[in-house]
Amino acid sequence: MYHLLQHHQQATASSADNTKTEITALSTTRRGFIKTISAGSGVFMLGCGVAPSLSQAAAAATPDLSSLVFNAFLKITPDNRVIVSIKHLDKGQGVTTGLTTIVADELGASWQQMDWEFAPADAKRYNNLYWGQSQGTGGSTSIANSWDQLRNTGASAREMFIQAATKKWQVEVGNITVKDGIVSDGKHSATLGELAAEAAKQSVPKEPKLKKTADLQLIGKDIPRKDSPEKVNGSAIYTQDIHLPGMLTALVLFPPKLRGKLISVDDKEAKKMPGVVDVVKIPRGVAVVAENFWTAKKARDTLQAKWDLSASESRGTDQLKQALTNATKQKNHVITTRGDAATTIAKDDIKGQVIEAEYHLPYMAHAAMEPMNCVVQVTDNGAEYWFGSQAPTIDQSQTAEILGISPDKVIIHTHYAGGSFGRRACPDDYVLDALHIAKNIKGRPVKMVWTREDDMQNCRFRPMSAHAIKAKVSTSGELLAWQHNAAAQPILRGTPFGGMIQGPVDPTVYEGISDLAYDFENFEVRATEFESPISTLWWRSVGHSSNAFVVETFVDQLARAAKVDPLSFRRKMLSKEPRWLGVLNLAAEKANWGKKLPKGTAQGIAVHKAMGSWVAQVAEVTVSGKDIRVNHVTCAIDCGIVINPDIVKAQMEGSIGFALGAIFGEEITLKEGHVEQKNFDSYTPLRMNQMPEVDVYMVDSTERPSGVGEPGVPPLTPAVANAVFAITGKPVTQLPIKLV
Amino acid sequence: MIKLKVNDKSVEYNGDPNQPLLWYLRDDLKLTGTKYGCGIGACGACTVHMNGSPVRSCSLPMAALGSSSIRTIEGLSSNVGKEVQQTWKELDVVQCGYCQSGQIMSATALLESNPKPSSTDIDNAMQGNICRCATYQRIRQAIGQTAKKLEG
Repeated sequence: MYHLLQHHQQATASSADNTKTEITALSTTRRGFIKTISAGSGVFMLGCGVAPSLSQAAAAATPDLSSLVFNAFLKITPDNRVIVSIKHLDKGQGVTTGLTTIVADELGASWQQMDWEFAPADAKRYNNLYWGQSQGTGGSTSIANSWDQLRNTGASAREMFIQAATKKWQVEVGNITVKDGIVSDGKHSATLGELAAEAAKQSVPKEPKLKKTADLQLIGKDIPRKDSPEKVNGSAIYTQDIHLPGMLTALVLFPPKLRGKLISVDDKEAKKMPGVVDVVKIPRGVAVVAENFWTAKKARDTLQAKWDLSASESRGTDQLKQALTNATKQKNHVITTRGDAATTIAKDDIKGQVIEAEYHLPYMAHAAMEPMNCVVQVTDNGAEYWFGSQAPTIDQSQTAEILGISPDKVIIHTHYAGGSFGRRACPDDYVLDALHIAKNIKGRPVKMVWTREDDMQNCRFRPMSAHAIKAKVSTSGELLAWQHNAAAQPILRGTPFGGMIQGPVDPTVYEGISDLAYDFENFEVRATEFESPISTLWWRSVGHSSNAFVVETFVDQLARAAKVDPLSFRRKMLSKEPRWLGVLNLAAEKANWGKKLPKGTAQGIAVHKAMGSWVAQVAEVTVSGKDIRVNHVTCAIDCGIVINPDIVKAQMEGSIGFALGAIFGEEITLKEGHVEQKNFDSYTPLRMNQMPEVDVYMVDSTERPSGVGEPGVPPLTPAVANAVFAITGKPVTQLPIKLV
Repeated sequence: MIKLKVNDKSVEYNGDPNQPLLWYLRDDLKLTGTKYGCGIGACGACTVHMNGSPVRSCSLPMAALGSSSIRTIEGLSSNVGKEVQQTWKELDVVQCGYCQSGQIMSATALLESNPKPSSTDIDNAMQGNICRCATYQRIRQAIGQTAKKLEG
């Protein structure tokens, strides 16, 4: 999904200025905010004629939908609560706090009076501005795409409060301030709640004036997370926790391999069990629907099914690895080229050292702590969902298509997601499984839950990949040429996102390689899409999660060949790239790069750009025997203007811990096409004792905000691997790292 | 019939003795703060206290409970527990939050039995609780800070 962001940026010539232009254009062409006081409630709503909490049907009934393109983001209640509609999913990244902060600051509200609610699914009002007419959360775009939208929301409301106060108090506009939730001219004062009804009667400013940076009160400060209290006392409601009147629980028996098809099932035992309501066949398996989880689970365990696995993968990991390696040896599509890398490397009269490497990366599972699940009720008129939807309007339109109804008849209530890392932005998957079950159970909501085993075995994995690279370093230590050949399964192809593939190869295969920022003369990147029936999906930072490892560890091999310090080697080739250099230098300085360390301990460095942000990390690693210990990671990020430094820090800490699992043992392997890992005993995310100390630093910036949720992942594995290389002298070309 | 206490209230259970405690808490008592994560006691999301000790409720059949006293995140009321939750908020430990009930129950049990844990003690006590958002650094800090607060 983040490709939509990338393409958006490409479409606007990758420049912040153009992005601004586009958003301004949207602002000026919109028909202006519509405001209303909903009958009897006295609730001030800036934006549209319906409150976000009202149903989709009511929204659809509003006559002029074009005026709803922007802004159903803010309402203020008479009891002085300021409520922001959050169009994005919270899966831990802190959007409920970050997005609310932007509105609060421009409005002049106090943080205490701020509240939020998840917006309903609505592609027109709540679309991700980087995704066209589609609502969704991904590519680390939540803050970036909402920045202007929510500043304008807050600023428009502030001007309307000022207008209301001038009329009420008969004073000059210039004398009125809105600060800490109080509208005042020095003599008179009122809370936002008290003035909300009058403010709502004012005309909506066409071009609200945004605050100057110096006047911002909340942005850039460590505002406490709004979601902390309920996540600390157990009252936060995730999909797993939803209990509705009459609700049933469903578990699905899936085929033993992805893409298996049901031939027959014996469900006699299951149907006899007390508490079992039904056993229904769905396209991907057989569902047991029961009064509660335990009954459904016991009944599912009695099902005897026969499967046709002819369309499934039959190879094992070693065979796939070999096939991927072979694929990198082909004359694949040229993705990018400058100079003549092949000739430079081949010609003996161009003096230098040729370095070659082959890389392998495994399938990876998202393994969010909350396994996939979905609550849905199908009625005669439509469908209603309760779950942590990451791409709600895709889920909405796919549901509408299956039920043969219009999308506005599909209501989605968004709830907290217990992690995602990309997993919940997945068309044609668990949501539709739940729908197919609920279609058979009229009149009662159904909660479909996956066990951990279901989640692991039916995951859509980060693709396995292989890379073959050749390069030449001159006798004076300069990189002369780099020839890269990458093979991986595509992620976008064959999905509703397929339209984002512009060239012959899915960009997730080569992103972070073809756009290498290092300045050298001869460069060629080739790539190919590898085919397998195994399903793939974006895994936190998508292609960058693999490709940064490949590129940045290879750079260390080159630096070693050039006999140049890895930091100096990078600096020299990034001299025209201030934002790359900015994070690289900051991380190196804070980590005291090059400091003396005991034998067996070393630093490794890596830098990468993903989702519009630059991140450099220095890992300090100790190797003893076959054991690797990461003691410390210093992280520097440039994500433009920082809304909440503490949340940025948290995302960097989390990204580092997430990525470290890939160093220590996380991998999905196949045996004759069967996924070998089923649970956390064999798939091993990072645990407490493996977590290093992490320090995070942010580059001061006045640039537009860019991504934070994912860009901390890519540099981690190469930074650690480079430290291991420095200690052992042996380049790391595979993950997880297995020292022999 | 199984008689036990859940958050200081007496309850009676007549259902399947093999049902794990987790599902009794979640589906019967609607105490949904305790989470399902793996079903094999490998992730700690389902951690509750049984007679004051941390246990993985996903792998504990009702029949094994005897007349135990069970405490879940909803009933966490000890000084230590309250202080742990307070520090968790002060440090904004949570991200997605799904595992945090289990983390807090494990951290509370640690501090109740070992008021001054070393960093190795913390690592050992918390190793059974996976946080996929990797909030480990803040969990470590929060346990350390809570210990200091309770000492003072």
